[in-house]
Amino acid sequence: MSFGPFLLLALMEGMVTAAVLSLAAVGLCLVFGVMRVVNVAHGEFYMLGAVIAWFVASVVPGPAWAVFLAALVVAPVLVGALAAAADGLILKRLNYDPEATIVATIGLLYILQQAALTFYGPDARPVAAPFTWRIQLPWFGYSGYKLFVVAAAVAVLLAVWRLMTRTRAGLIMRATQVDREVAGAFGINVDRVYMGTFALGAALAAVAAVLVVPIQQAHYLMGGDPLLLSFIVVIIGGLGSLRGTVIAALIIGLSDGVISMFFTPTLAKILATLLVAMVLVFRPQGLFGQKT
Amino acid sequence: MLELAAVTAGYGPVTVLRGVDFTARAGEVTCVMGRNGAGKSTLMKAIMGIVPVSSGRISLAGVDIHGLPAHQVPRHGLAWVPQGRRLFGPLTVAENLEVGGLARGNRREIRAHVLSLFPRLAERLDQPSATLSGGEQQMLAIARALCLEPRVLLLDEPTEGLQPSMITLIREAVLRLKAEGVAVVLVEQRVDAVLKMADRVAFMAHGRVEETLAAADLTPGARAFRDYVGV
Repeated sequence: MSFGPFLLLALMEGMVTAAVLSLAAVGLCLVFGVMRVVNVAHGEFYMLGAVIAWFVASVVPGPAWAVFLAALVVAPVLVGALAAAADGLILKRLNYDPEATIVATIGLLYILQQAALTFYGPDARPVAAPFTWRIQLPWFGYSGYKLFVVAAAVAVLLAVWRLMTRTRAGLIMRATQVDREVAGAFGINVDRVYMGTFALGAALAAVAAVLVVPIQQAHYLMGGDPLLLSFIVVIIGGLGSLRGTVIAALIIGLSDGVISMFFTPTLAKILATLLVAMVLVFRPQGLFGQKT
Repeated sequence: MLELAAVTAGYGPVTVLRGVDFTARAGEVTCVMGRNGAGKSTLMKAIMGIVPVSSGRISLAGVDIHGLPAHQVPRHGLAWVPQGRRLFGPLTVAENLEVGGLARGNRREIRAHVLSLFPRLAERLDQPSATLSGGEQQMLAIARALCLEPRVLLLDEPTEGLQPSMITLIREAVLRLKAEGVAVVLVEQRVDAVLKMADRVAFMAHGRVEETLAAADLTPGARAFRDYVGV
């Protein structure tokens, strides 16, 4: 295969990575932006999404597309409910103190990881893709499901954007993000906003995991890479900036696809980490963040 | 209308208000004066349920409101314009007003009334509030509070850092609200502004209201201003 088609293939793989990463990172960004909580357990919500998708696939009968659709609904709802419970039981009791919540979410990370190991086991398990058709290009064939992943991620991101900019719930979240105390003085129940935001952030991670699990398989240690990459993306994009997060996810995802294809995946991770270091040195607020 | 009896409040182990007695009546402007650290802003926050009250009683038209979660207080008809405006900066003027009216269902006629008080805001509805001038930001901070249709309006140093023409506009708005029957509680450091707006002046020192006097009995060189404000 000549260079052009090879590059096209790398870019398509990069788009899939970027799509999944942007969903997970937007969840992390929302939680930090609105609540000022650095959720170290975010990757475990991603892992739980994949594990729950496997459970749904193993108990729900019917065609692959129906099973997948059920997983796409059940996993984010359950993960979101678990996150809401974690918010009420842990984060709220810490009064959302930034330092204390970092330590608490590290603890939550290990609780969720070990719970998954105990009840799910150490094996990586596949979930069938909802369909298997391939798109045939002149140079190579490509998975139609991977293109679906990109389209689904774009649809979910547009829905999140619409939620934040065009709805009353989004207005309340943005007001709370700016000034929690004043928002409360105008009748906004800040505790409820925080609970909803934490649940939404976790649910987005779960959606990303359900989309990716037919490609990658579910495993109890699969939360590490998405957590690291989500942090990289959120820092590059600018803490709390949804637009910056999506653009940074595109940069990291596409560069990951191209560098992994032409060189090695390890080099892609090294360069992404270097990029974060450069952003922190030369533009600490990130590409689209605001100076505080 | 608004009554505080022996209210003690503070931040964690630090007690700021030490047995405050205070009253604000409908259709009156009650100014609160005192030196820095006297507890004026904490008084506002305690009324709004932001600073926890450890003892005493706060009631509005006979209904106890102390101990309520902060988000339930505005539903009783209390609105707060904090010191330094504290607008939702990235949100537009229209969005700030919408947040202001959330607890009252954002009725269209309330918003129209509020914009009639500050017509300049009507020209800037789609502008992010952080890009407004200082005077316009203060107008918006008051307008946002008025979207709650308050019975009691708490204003914390609304004329701070404003040019004279803006101060006049703010004063006219306060007097119009008073005429509409709103109980206005105004924290203010400028003696001339107090004498032009106030019906009564409560002087605070060391976390207590030490003296409350009728504004008509005060002159710019009055003893109370020297004793409690240092001017």
